[in-house]
Amino acid sequence: MTQTDTRVGSAAAGPAPGPARPFWTSRRRDQLTGFVFIAPQLLGSAVFVILPLILVLWYSLHEWNVLAGTFDFVGTDNYTALADDPNLGAVLRATGLFSVGLVVLNLGLALLLAVLLNQRLRGTIVFRTLFFSPVVVSLVAWTIVWGFLLQDNGGINGLLDTIGVDGPNWLRGESTAMVSVIVVQVFKNVGLNMVLFLAALQGVPAELYEAAEVDGASRMRQFWRITVPLISPTILLTSIITVVGSLQVFAQIAVLTQGGPGTSTTVLVYYLYQQAFQFHHFGYGATLSILLFVIVLALTVLQWQMRKRWVFHES
Amino acid sequence: MSRDLSRRTKLVLYGVLLVLAIPFVFPTWWMVTSSLKPVADIFAFPPQLLPTNPRFDAYQRVFELQPFGQQYLNSLYIALVVTVGTMAVSALAGYAFARIRFRGQNVLFLVVLAGLLIPSEVTIVPLFQMFFKLGLVNTHWPLILVPIFGAPSVLATFIMRQFFISLPGELEEAARVDGLGRFATFWRIALPLSRPALGAVAIFTFLHSWNLYLEPIVFLSSPEKFTLPQALTQFVDAYGGPMWDVQMAAASMTALPVLVVFVIAQKQFVEGLAHTGLKG
Repeated sequence: MTQTDTRVGSAAAGPAPGPARPFWTSRRRDQLTGFVFIAPQLLGSAVFVILPLILVLWYSLHEWNVLAGTFDFVGTDNYTALADDPNLGAVLRATGLFSVGLVVLNLGLALLLAVLLNQRLRGTIVFRTLFFSPVVVSLVAWTIVWGFLLQDNGGINGLLDTIGVDGPNWLRGESTAMVSVIVVQVFKNVGLNMVLFLAALQGVPAELYEAAEVDGASRMRQFWRITVPLISPTILLTSIITVVGSLQVFAQIAVLTQGGPGTSTTVLVYYLYQQAFQFHHFGYGATLSILLFVIVLALTVLQWQMRKRWVFHES
Repeated sequence: MSRDLSRRTKLVLYGVLLVLAIPFVFPTWWMVTSSLKPVADIFAFPPQLLPTNPRFDAYQRVFELQPFGQQYLNSLYIALVVTVGTMAVSALAGYAFARIRFRGQNVLFLVVLAGLLIPSEVTIVPLFQMFFKLGLVNTHWPLILVPIFGAPSVLATFIMRQFFISLPGELEEAARVDGLGRFATFWRIALPLSRPALGAVAIFTFLHSWNLYLEPIVFLSSPEKFTLPQALTQFVDAYGGPMWDVQMAAASMTALPVLVVFVIAQKQFVEGLAHTGLKG
């Protein structure tokens, strides 16, 4: 951007003739170049991230009826309404169940797959490709196919029938609907965490296992005493990514269950969407956005705090 | 963990891997085969793992029921613009945060990083209002601008910064000796070196845009503006019941091209994402 060259620039760029120092010192040039380089990101963040966050707080203090065209300051009324919302308990419960179920299943399965793929076996690359492939399948296409498979007369119950099991109507029962939504999401994205774990496992020095073998430690004990502590930074990283991602789940719910049956799968983002864009309660939608933001923030801070105590090895 | 295994252990491991692969592979298989079945065979019992009378009717109807070609182009060009835009924004910012010393650097980096904690689900209400006031609702602008500058691009900037930090310090010195300015150093030396990181950024940015669902259904209302994820849910009969064969055909056309690219370039995908991508 600023291409003035200090080595020849003392005469050309200096503000005054003679021995005075040139205006464009390398420090000043760096200052300007730095700003120019980060300007698109910084301005973009200001307009599309920071400003909307301030606005969402502002909107949450207003009663906003889009159809009547009114926008009235109501102080904390929306927050009182939030606390009194009869649906809030169910929404938070669904959100919590989904997040906990997803994180536990996703990290558990990802670690299992990574350990299996880390064995000395031919053809693990083929399996790695298979396990990873749903990551690149369009989310809604993947969800629609699972919705098709999970129909009462769909492929999964068809397969269960052939072994004599009478499967439930997965998406119409309260607990099976939640389980279905979680499982669909786990298979979609577990490949990402799997490859992160695989990279971490490959970084564990083999001598440690050899030494443990000499000491007569079992495979299980080696796994818990050597592998898990050494890959704990990756466990933390994947759990943060997965938790924050789980709070953003929307398409799967919208396509598979529309929050139902009842409110059993109405997670916070889906409830926010319903309130703001189906019922046009923008003020209340903004209040729910603040709740979502606070939850994301609190969980992230909590996880970074946990890092200090829990993560054994910092790479 | 990588020790030599007995033959029996190997067989057991292969068995476990094969069983575990079923839920990852079967949905895609079922999607493609169902799209080739006549409606009567779709829910046949026992399930037909291979279509007995394959036909391509459903594929034709996809294009009759929706402006599917247009919708395909919409998704494709939006994802490409977002990918190139994000690469440009994040490479520049990542380079500056990593290699240039300037006042306010750390504070500004934190300001940008805060974007990671503010997913667009949190800000969707004001974003809708902002684009509504600008007259840009039911255009593709929100789907292009918000990802290029919002949370996904913040993650990209973070990745690029981590990569540029790892480059040796002699880089700038050598460039200076050659008489290159900052931008030339960035463009001609640092950027070509950053290919693996840029590749990872490109892959996950493309997939993120390709998968967007909340934003299109909030911002877009006319079928010829729709993106693919939104279009896929529109193949329903007069009673709102899904037309499964047509949906599976549309889903196959959406999923298969990306899958093919992935299988060809799977090493770049997997290793790019694992090593440069998210490890930080």
